[in-house]
Amino acid sequence: MTEYFQSLGMSYEWAWGVATIVGILLIALPLMLAVAMIIYADRKIWAAIALRRGPNVVGPFGLLQSFADGLKVFLQETIIPSSANRGLFLIAPIITFTVALMAWAVIPFNSGAILADINVGLLYILAISSLGVYGVILSGWSSNSKYPFFSAMRASAQMISYEVSIGFILIGVVLFADSFNMNDIVKAQQGHGLGFVNAFGFNLLLFPLAVMFLISALAETARAPFDLTEAESELVAGYQTEYSSMSFALFWLGEYANVLLMCALNAILFWGGWLPPVDWAPLYAVPGIIWLFAKILFFFFVFSWVKATVPRYRYDQLMRLGWKIFLPISLFWVFLISGYLMLTRYS
Amino acid sequence: MSYVAHLVKSFTLWEFVKAHALTLKYFFKPKATINYPFEKNPLSPRFRGEHALRRYPNGEERCIACKLCEAVCPAQAITIEAEPRDDGSRRTTRYDIDMTKCIYCGFCQEACPVDAIVEGPNFEFATETREELLYDKAKLLANGDKWERAIAANLAADAPYR
Repeated sequence: MTEYFQSLGMSYEWAWGVATIVGILLIALPLMLAVAMIIYADRKIWAAIALRRGPNVVGPFGLLQSFADGLKVFLQETIIPSSANRGLFLIAPIITFTVALMAWAVIPFNSGAILADINVGLLYILAISSLGVYGVILSGWSSNSKYPFFSAMRASAQMISYEVSIGFILIGVVLFADSFNMNDIVKAQQGHGLGFVNAFGFNLLLFPLAVMFLISALAETARAPFDLTEAESELVAGYQTEYSSMSFALFWLGEYANVLLMCALNAILFWGGWLPPVDWAPLYAVPGIIWLFAKILFFFFVFSWVKATVPRYRYDQLMRLGWKIFLPISLFWVFLISGYLMLTRYS
Repeated sequence: MSYVAHLVKSFTLWEFVKAHALTLKYFFKPKATINYPFEKNPLSPRFRGEHALRRYPNGEERCIACKLCEAVCPAQAITIEAEPRDDGSRRTTRYDIDMTKCIYCGFCQEACPVDAIVEGPNFEFATETREELLYDKAKLLANGDKWERAIAANLAADAPYR
């Protein structure tokens, strides 16, 4: 895109700047729209499994429900508790939201269609998702209220615990792909399974990792059954209890942007990203972004499906799963995969 | 053996797979809920909804200010004041029901000797302010005029069982 703006007579620096801003808008705006629709889809799927109807009044089939909710929230008063730490209280939702958007910079939407094609894309994602903890813990701390504080403690412990095993799971993928670059990881999956399936996930060595990554992603984004941070029955609404109006909406948007990000990561790391599911020439006629989108939607359906099926974990069960099951298994799997690759690829 | 079976079961997430298969089946089932504001459930003739003060067919109000309903009301939501009218008949000058106190037990309509105060079939009378729920006599009589046909039909349908 930089070349295009250069051809309009801009210097390279200006063209690069404009191209980057256009790229950011091209990702962030559709993402916001997608988040609005995905909240609607989440409610609808959850309702369908509970034999309910879900939102169906605002717009055709209730499609505009999220926008109505957004408008409602936007028109409400922003209440800042008198004993809250004002600066931190206001900056926390902004951090959550910004960080949720930042990670999308390294998501490849098609061959080469990636905002920042950096060679350590996966490390960047790990770093950014660790930063996400700050939004949560700052909001819980600055609210100066018991329940948000408990929730923030839980959330930070939970996110940190699961990031450890996510790190080891990703190492398995990196070893197979031989790269940290997101685009190269997708390309490495071309014909990976039996020479025609474009996915790491069907590899018997990587399938358990794919399942573990899916579960860790649920925990990382604090979705049910690991939604202990906003366990209504115990913590009112979790770290966002004291929030209202736009600051609340920013949490909401950031949370769902994170969920979408995790769905995208699932698709990219294990299930071929923007590649069609099968390495067959006619399927490449469909643009890669559509394949990626279909996979993201599928994983979002799985997320909602899990939310509607599994009851909430207890906190000690969550920690046990993270530290005593996922961590040893993923560590062992790193050993297993590197051993396998040493025997086959590098001997 | 059972230990091994348990291990295999938990590592294959067998229980979760089964649960998700079940919920997926429910995903495609027809909805159990009705499409409320557009579809409504049938109501029993005994349904106890919004209160109404009824009139006789000639337009005379039924209530004779016996205050039995006020006495029986367990929530003490009813307030009645009465004095003789110009023609000598005893009538209420004030008949208030605090709908925020009312528990919809139906004792008032049970107590009423002339079927004046009844709980009609209307249950959609939510308001935006609390004050709108402090019903006075005019409001109750207006309710009676509005719902008379439905109320009369319900009373007739329930009469054989009383």
